[in-house]
Amino acid sequence: MKYNLTHLKELESEAIFIIREVAAQFENPALLFSGGKDSIVCYHLAKKAFWPGKVPFPLVHVDTGHNFPETIEFRDELVKKDGAELIVGLVQDSIDQGKVSEEKGFNASRNGLQTVTLLETIENNKFDACMGGARRDEEKARAKERFFSHRDEFGQWDPKNQRPELWNIFNGMKNMGENFRIFPISNWTEMDVWQYILAENIDLPMLYFSHEREVFMRDGVIYSDGEFMNKRPEEKIEKRVVRFRTIGDMTCTGAVESPADDLTKIIEEVAATRTTERGTRSDDKRSEAAMEDRKKQGYF
Amino acid sequence: MSESNSTAGYLDMELLRFTTAGSVDDGKSTLIGRLLYDSKAIFQDQMEAVEKASKKIGGGEVNLALLTDGLRSEREQGITIDVAYRYFATPKRKFIIADTPGHIQYTRNMVTGASTANLAIILVDARHGLVEQTSRHSFIASLLGIKHVVYCINKMDLVDFSQEVFDKIKTQLDDFSSKLEISDVRYIPMSALLGDNVVDRSKNMDWYQGSTLLYTLETVHIASDANHVDCRFPVQTVIRPQTAEYHDYRGYAGRVAGGIFKKGDEIAVLPSGFTSKIAKIDTYDGEIEEAFPPMSCTILLEDDIDVSRGDMIVRVNNQPDVSQDHEMMICWMSQRPIQLNGKYTIKHTSRDARCIVKDIKYKVDINSLHRLEDDKEIKMNDIARISIRTTVPLFTDRYQRNRNTGSIILIDESTNETVGAGMIL
Repeated sequence: MKYNLTHLKELESEAIFIIREVAAQFENPALLFSGGKDSIVCYHLAKKAFWPGKVPFPLVHVDTGHNFPETIEFRDELVKKDGAELIVGLVQDSIDQGKVSEEKGFNASRNGLQTVTLLETIENNKFDACMGGARRDEEKARAKERFFSHRDEFGQWDPKNQRPELWNIFNGMKNMGENFRIFPISNWTEMDVWQYILAENIDLPMLYFSHEREVFMRDGVIYSDGEFMNKRPEEKIEKRVVRFRTIGDMTCTGAVESPADDLTKIIEEVAATRTTERGTRSDDKRSEAAMEDRKKQGYF
Repeated sequence: MSESNSTAGYLDMELLRFTTAGSVDDGKSTLIGRLLYDSKAIFQDQMEAVEKASKKIGGGEVNLALLTDGLRSEREQGITIDVAYRYFATPKRKFIIADTPGHIQYTRNMVTGASTANLAIILVDARHGLVEQTSRHSFIASLLGIKHVVYCINKMDLVDFSQEVFDKIKTQLDDFSSKLEISDVRYIPMSALLGDNVVDRSKNMDWYQGSTLLYTLETVHIASDANHVDCRFPVQTVIRPQTAEYHDYRGYAGRVAGGIFKKGDEIAVLPSGFTSKIAKIDTYDGEIEEAFPPMSCTILLEDDIDVSRGDMIVRVNNQPDVSQDHEMMICWMSQRPIQLNGKYTIKHTSRDARCIVKDIKYKVDINSLHRLEDDKEIKMNDIARISIRTTVPLFTDRYQRNRNTGSIILIDESTNETVGAGMIL
């Protein structure tokens, strides 16, 4: 008998430990659930952490209204199957209440607006900790993120004044009105997530798998057609065989042409690819520090 | 497809966490950049972003440091402010690098990065040999209980790949590190810039018969670094489904902090001292026979005794120190100096308490390792020996025996900031 864990088991164990700490240290935590693979893995880990008990916190989805219909379908089925609690924050509500206004133009996206809705959902439900599936390998501002990320009463991240995080001791102490963002799979890479999904046989939305889709090209990115997509006259709809490496808003998530229609093929593709998965996200490309700026304002 | 990603191999890989320390300009970023680049952990779009940013800052060469300097102010100032975590894998192992800045004022970052590391890489500039920062980095690695230290004598190309230079530095470091508690010390002559002895063997240093850095990282034996002797299970939370199917289920969830727990073991629960036997060790994937660090699992006991978060399950005949008085080395991490007789919140495993700082014994000069018994002003980035008394007993082991049960953090009660990291003596 070898008394050491494989790296995936060690990462799993670490994530379970953190999720249990969240449940123990906070009064009213929640799991942010986007319907993307990382949040699906987090939910799977939460089930493991409390089995045979139920996951003791709700799933929270900030719905921009511009999601892929497949994502929403997947989310609703999962919640129904497991009897999980789901809270949805609608960006449309924030728009209707005049708290945010829609971006204009062809590249308009609601991605930036969701921060407002997220902060409002946190406030209205008095969540003191929100877990999310962000990983440090995704983006360079995230490489400096803590497992327990402290946010002030405005939901802001102060990267220069983060609490040091040592060993496996997590400090979730806070003042009234402040809250935490917590990232149980911080130490996982994109490959770890895919290998874990395969090893654990976790269901995913079909968007991740190769399928024929009506798409159009813009600035070298393949976008899915859909009712919210404003197309320029020269942008022609065509059918291509594509899949998505990440799932965000339809307006900012690009597809890749791919024949990978099962997990093994996706893993091969991820292994061979030379761009990061966020390379298909136009929300990160707005500036060098786009992610850092959004995080400071309260984005994940 | 590379072997590291083939599914069968992937599921069999070990995880090695290491930290890198070095002074400014000793080639740390170049070394990390090379490890990441040669193992294909740097993607094309990241590389393009770095090229773009390098041009903006000026200077002809692509600055690999920009890969790790993620924050805007870091890029602007050209310094690394915070610990950055980087990831790469080879067919044998997956690696997590805690890349810590080398400036003198960032001891706290180095301590943070070292706290979870199995191994430390300490860069030494071959032209300068052992300098103050080398001593400091070595001391911190030792203090934080890192069992494997690899000194990379870098920039060998600038000393004509001289064996004599390498041997001289090696002797200096040998003398110095023998004063520290590091069991496994290695020396590698290298040129990170040219790639000599990083991934590939150097063609310029035939006299060096040892391993390359990557081979060392892939093969260093870490399986026995964890404590497999003293059984410690801090209870994180109690699982009681109270459903029809699991009506009487009462499981204690946590992560094994030491030793190997088996079904049938006679255990005691601290602080109550009640004893029982392990009825079952449970996980979502089914019952398991044994649990060892760092496994997360759920322990069920034969008897219905009162156990809650902050309690610790241990073996009857091997118990930790149960005490309210603790001696420790502390690394201070706050702008506000430590207050003698000050009260702080203390966190230890899953247990919270309050404590009072009873005594400050001495400050350590981390460059000379001298004890400064007259200097009791413990400021940010200082390391000192203190004694504290806690409101309730903690269940501790010496830090050098068990990192999980020997470490504490202190929290300022007015700001809730983590202000101190303590290693129990």
